[in-house]
Amino acid sequence: MTSVLQHPGYDEEKLRRVTEQTPCREAQTGLLLSLMGQPQQYSYPSIFVYGHRASGKSHVMQVLLKELELPHATISCVECVSNALLFEKMLLSLFGCEAASLLPRTPSLSDFVRVYRHQCVDSPATQTRYIVMEKAELLRDADVNLLPALLRLQELVDDNLTVILLSEITWDKFRPNTGCYEPLVLHFPDYSKGDLQQILSRDSHPSYSADFYSSYINILLGVFYSVCRDLRELHHLAALNFSKFCEPLAEGKVKESDTHKLWRNIEPHLKKAMQTVYLREVSSLQWEQMQQMEEKEAGALKGLSAHTHVELPYYSKFLLIAAYLASYNPARTDKRFFLKHHGKIKKTNFLKKNEKTSNHLLGPKPFPLDRLLAVFYSVVDSRVAPSASIFSQISSLVTLQLLTQVSHDDQLDAPKYKCAVSLDFISAISRTVNFDIVKYLYDFLDPDTAASQEEWVNRGYVSRVRDHPSR
Amino acid sequence: MLQPIRVRDEPNQEVVIAGQVVFPRMRKNRSIMSKRKAKYAHLPIGESITQVQSMLRERLCNQRLPDKPEGTEAQHKHLLELLRRTAIHGESNSVLIVGPRGAGKTMLLKCVLRDLLEDKEAQKSLLQVHLNGLLQTDDRIALKEITRQLHLENVVGDKVFGSFAENLAFLLEALKKGDRSSSRPVLFILDEFDLFAHHKNQTLLYNLLDVSQSAQAPIAVVGITCRLDVLELLEKRVKSRFSHRQIHLLSSLTFTQYLQRVQSQLSLPQDFPDVKFAQDWNDSIKTLCEDKSAEEALRRHFNSSKDFRSLHILLMLCLSRVTVAKPVIKPADLLEASRLCFVDAKANMLHGLSILELCLIIAMKHLNDVYEGEPFNLQMVHNEFKKFLQRKSNSMYNFEQPVIMKAFEHLQQLELIRPVDGSAAKTQKEYQLMRLMLDHSQIMEALQKYPLCPTDVKQWAMSAFG
Repeated sequence: MTSVLQHPGYDEEKLRRVTEQTPCREAQTGLLLSLMGQPQQYSYPSIFVYGHRASGKSHVMQVLLKELELPHATISCVECVSNALLFEKMLLSLFGCEAASLLPRTPSLSDFVRVYRHQCVDSPATQTRYIVMEKAELLRDADVNLLPALLRLQELVDDNLTVILLSEITWDKFRPNTGCYEPLVLHFPDYSKGDLQQILSRDSHPSYSADFYSSYINILLGVFYSVCRDLRELHHLAALNFSKFCEPLAEGKVKESDTHKLWRNIEPHLKKAMQTVYLREVSSLQWEQMQQMEEKEAGALKGLSAHTHVELPYYSKFLLIAAYLASYNPARTDKRFFLKHHGKIKKTNFLKKNEKTSNHLLGPKPFPLDRLLAVFYSVVDSRVAPSASIFSQISSLVTLQLLTQVSHDDQLDAPKYKCAVSLDFISAISRTVNFDIVKYLYDFLDPDTAASQEEWVNRGYVSRVRDHPSR
Repeated sequence: MLQPIRVRDEPNQEVVIAGQVVFPRMRKNRSIMSKRKAKYAHLPIGESITQVQSMLRERLCNQRLPDKPEGTEAQHKHLLELLRRTAIHGESNSVLIVGPRGAGKTMLLKCVLRDLLEDKEAQKSLLQVHLNGLLQTDDRIALKEITRQLHLENVVGDKVFGSFAENLAFLLEALKKGDRSSSRPVLFILDEFDLFAHHKNQTLLYNLLDVSQSAQAPIAVVGITCRLDVLELLEKRVKSRFSHRQIHLLSSLTFTQYLQRVQSQLSLPQDFPDVKFAQDWNDSIKTLCEDKSAEEALRRHFNSSKDFRSLHILLMLCLSRVTVAKPVIKPADLLEASRLCFVDAKANMLHGLSILELCLIIAMKHLNDVYEGEPFNLQMVHNEFKKFLQRKSNSMYNFEQPVIMKAFEHLQQLELIRPVDGSAAKTQKEYQLMRLMLDHSQIMEALQKYPLCPTDVKQWAMSAFG
């Protein structure tokens, strides 16, 4: 499987070390090496490498440049936000600090090229110099002339220099308006499932056998592979959950070869990890602590989203419910829901044809303050005076970002709002005040979707309550 | 490093001395002969390959100029004549070299300069100033660069000038040497000329062209640009001072000429050290160009772009596959390089998505089909995906909303979907409208190549609606 890298310009021992450190990437390393050629030969002025995250682009470049001891400068465009940082880093890596100090305070590209040429006169290039720019998609947002200049830097400084751009966005989205010096575009393919298995199994724990670890990786990939193929994420998840996997072994309940029991132990745990640690709802530290506690003590692990169930005052809850109803019901249906003696809503043919999607798919609609108060008074079950405390609660809901203000701050007499909470959230809140919100939602009213109301009950969003007592 | 092959020192054998082989019949006068290059020198194959690579790489990276212009003889002659008039006869001129990217404009100029400087008189008196629109983004920076390139920093010292025109006049005045009544001719080369037209008031252009019209000093202004409409960018006063002389490099190659160009780019020159190797190499290149499959690949490239640069990328990829074990370029190399050039980048990225992300893309495709390209949001995509899941018996892909949100955000990061311009700030993430940046055919093609794609997902993609 692993072929030996060979190139006349480079030492065989060094190439062997390169192959060791870049598993499953032999074809790409070989291609890069052949394009680089021997150290004293020219290489194409700019090379653009694209591929998914964690597909080994930076890693292969770094390993190649370090092991073969080629003069290079590695720059992350996330760090070097300004031109000054960028040029200073380049000169520092290629020529040393004296060269970097020759740059003026706010260097322009012209200054950089001038200093570089000056340095070249003192130390001409015997080997190709490489400049590697990671996260190159951020260069599009920098100065307009920076990207085209970097692509033809070899010509501008008249030196044996190659610029390599690494990115996860394709080249088509980089091209400037009037064109530029087109780079040589290379693709780093993603790792296959077998490759991921091979790479992740390399970090086996010393006290357990390699087979044991690779069976663990197999189980992990079985759960996560259909969702995520990012090597870094899988690596993180593997490291976090291994101790739980070994728990029954440590307790002496199972043997190493008892794969079925081990699987039964770890699989629900991994599924829980998908909902918490994978989504970064829970920090890795919290996760590890939870694993150490006994199962009965642990209880439900509260993610970040759970903390948004802030305890709201009673009327605020009803204001929020009213806001939700106002956002997701069309205005003409208010009569049917909130009046005692209402008629049926007749849907004309026109309306039926144009209602393609339910309001829950399109998002909340803005509503004026008057409508909110009207719905609020019909929804709340006790008599409430329109005092300042009610209005201030509306403002605090906006501050909590449960409502968003759509109108401009200047319009004091007719402010408009939108409800910014999800159905799950509002169902949980309405459950705490014994209010059946589903009955009041237009999208779940249509007899065609009577089945969907059953579905909401089955999902446990609402429980069957008695009908809302009429006032 | 590859060691030169050491051959036994027999009377009939060739002997290697420091990489250069000397024939046995010359051994008697070895002390004299080893200094002279042997008539039929023959290098070991490793050395030859290294030499070939070095030489051709320099050519493909535009570090080595062709001996004579290819396909641009008329333009070469025109430009040379013009610059000679400035350099030798002191006539002021301005000209624009216009052509698409990669057409060979800079190469043309460099060849002309090389031929011009063969003339002793021109070499003695001509001064050159090279400016680039990408580097000199401001007139102030440009002026400093002109001062520097004319080596007049000490003369200018700390003087402060009122205007650009004063400064330029001072510089040109300073070029007057001793008893000569006229100053030395200066050649101003403005690369990316169209970028200079975006400077404030176009001061630099105005002043340079003004000097070229008013016979203060003999200067030649040569602009190089890729925009065909560059004259529209100039202000009226600048345009009137320009001589409206344009040299166009619009390549009108036929396919036969293109093949000849391929051959000449890859051929080794006469002065290659190992003559026999060069001969074999050139013959193999000729056979390569005559091969049917290679010709087809080259025709495909010719049809998409005729310029030098895309050709150089293709040839660079071919050249990188030449090794000691395989010292020629075979048609298979050319086909492989051509495949690498024409591959669809987005399809490659689709290959690496997880199954969940792929299902979301298929759901978006269905939404596009049903609603004829109207933008969608995450809720709609999730709804569509749930409709698919309802039909399957086992709910292996029944993920929670946040997991689907993370997959959706990953697609946004890869710029496979983009938000519609509008109120991005005020809407919740789930309801923000997006557009799919992929084509129907790209998705279907990617699905064919997707590894371990479940059959029901494929069938769902193929089905027309829902």
